[in-house]
Amino acid sequence: MLDPTLRDQMLAAVPSLRAFAISLSGNVDRADDLVQETLLRAIANIESFQPGTNMSAWLFTILRNLFRSEYRKRRREVEDADGSYAESLKSHPEQSSRLEFNEFRAALAKLPQDQREALILVGASGFSYEEAARICECAVGTIKSRVNRARNRLADLLAIEGADDFGPDHATRAILSAGGGRG
Amino acid sequence: MAGGGSETMSAEENDKADRPGPMLTEANQRKARGRLGRDVQSKIGQQLRAMYDNVVNEGVPDRFVEMLRRLDEPKSAEESNSEKGVN
Repeated sequence: MLDPTLRDQMLAAVPSLRAFAISLSGNVDRADDLVQETLLRAIANIESFQPGTNMSAWLFTILRNLFRSEYRKRRREVEDADGSYAESLKSHPEQSSRLEFNEFRAALAKLPQDQREALILVGASGFSYEEAARICECAVGTIKSRVNRARNRLADLLAIEGADDFGPDHATRAILSAGGGRG
Repeated sequence: MAGGGSETMSAEENDKADRPGPMLTEANQRKARGRLGRDVQSKIGQQLRAMYDNVVNEGVPDRFVEMLRRLDEPKSAEESNSEKGVN
């Protein structure tokens, strides 16, 4: 039925799709449902996929559209910045403390959706600005500006809400600002 | 680890961040640069990737493997009556 090559490409994209879905929805179970629906959609419309193009980007586009149509319906449920996401994860990144992780997550959730998805696509999923622009169906310049605004806003949020908690290196920052190292 | 890794991280971050889109004014860029210390920039990148990779490293949950495998077998319980013998 489904071309094994395409199936394998889909499977290979699943881990990253889940990470994207969780970043968008803030909830692991909803994210997995979203990924499942994305795969079903993709299979149902597989003839519109052009072999040789980026399967992952195609699936991301579908997932994003699904999320956005669902989000409009269930906007209020999505406001879940304070950590059910973090609670539901099996493990936490070892390199950051739990507190730090939760704060980062909460700050990310406060970004406007457009900025959040742009930052994730470029900063975490590893898409180029051009690919991210195609996924979000907007201009490349728009993506760049969203990513920049997202970074600035995150830095603001984290600085304001937890200057001392955001990382162990209060001292490092002091040293950096005192001793050059600035571009 | 923040000390050692931050320089390479920032270089990578800056490579992406420093190509201004047409919508960003120079003033905005400067303002942003002035406010965001390099370590803060690279920490944001690190945190973002850590959060993301944490999920990626969970791999493919069984439900998706099974779902795709089931779709691969046209002779599922419901369809097998009419489709028998046809592959």
